[in-house]
Amino acid sequence: MAEQGKVDPMHQFMIEPLFGTDHWTIAGHNIAFTNSALWMLITFVVLFAFVAGGAKGQTVPGRWQVMVEGLVGFIDNLLAANVGPKGKKYVPYIFSLFSFILFSNVLGLLPLGLIKGVHPFTSTSHFTVTGVLAILSFSIVLIVGFARHGLHFFSLFVPHGTPAWLLWLIPVIELISFLVRPFSLALRLFVAMMAGHVLLEVLSSFVISSTNSGMLWGTVVGLPSFALMIAICALEILVAGIQAYVFALLTSLYLNDAENLH
Amino acid sequence: MEPASAKLIGAGLAAIGAGVAALGVGNVFGSFLESALRNPGAADGQQGRLFIGFAAAELLGLLSFVVAMILIFVA
Repeated sequence: MAEQGKVDPMHQFMIEPLFGTDHWTIAGHNIAFTNSALWMLITFVVLFAFVAGGAKGQTVPGRWQVMVEGLVGFIDNLLAANVGPKGKKYVPYIFSLFSFILFSNVLGLLPLGLIKGVHPFTSTSHFTVTGVLAILSFSIVLIVGFARHGLHFFSLFVPHGTPAWLLWLIPVIELISFLVRPFSLALRLFVAMMAGHVLLEVLSSFVISSTNSGMLWGTVVGLPSFALMIAICALEILVAGIQAYVFALLTSLYLNDAENLH
Repeated sequence: MEPASAKLIGAGLAAIGAGVAALGVGNVFGSFLESALRNPGAADGQQGRLFIGFAAAELLGLLSFVVAMILIFVA
């Protein structure tokens, strides 16, 4: 960081202990309350308030209740379309997953940095967080699959209509694609959120350094970069929704494999 | 060549992957739109498959971003 005013695009992903909790330990492991934990807590509180505010059960729903019912109905339809009637019992899990990811993606995009001392943080831009979510989904698939079908669950690796002379190859490919699932789930969400934030930060550094170096560069480089930033911000809101949807959709597809085999 | 510069060149080459994945994502949505305009009635039922294809195509582009990040910050 030689020159002043240079923006470090990776600084926003730093995990820092807050409120002097950096020395809290349990059995030698640090359990400091970090900004990541704080923003996950904020996500939880906002989500809880959103659902609690709408769960009134009135016969004629108000605006808020329609929002909450629409969100639940969306997840309900997703599971009904992909898993069938057996998918009903997964609605709470997929709903929590979808809305947690959606809310934490969107909360990380809010322009809260304008308030002095507030540093917005996207908890889903870390592989540890998305990895735990993916492991959760994957272990539910494994537990449900083995509990429901026993060892017959392994027939997932031999799709219907596999020719006999390919029986040595297809199960290997299916096994690999099965084992890659948690990684691809976690990686997709984490990289999509991280890449967007890095892009915004890099563009903002263009704006800052070009305006610092005079009127000419400010108009030639700074203004287009700023316009692009606004467009990318809109794209990021879209991506926040799409990534939450894709995570929920793929989890429900994997649950379909576990419930109904192929 | 110095290792540091080789890393940066490698990270730059990884950006090609992101560009090619852009072709893939564009192909997914383009083909969907093309066929959705031919048969709008069937379009809504295929949105799940649209996003599965999108997710698969996008993941490969994101992997190239991961490669670039690993080259710059980890390796």
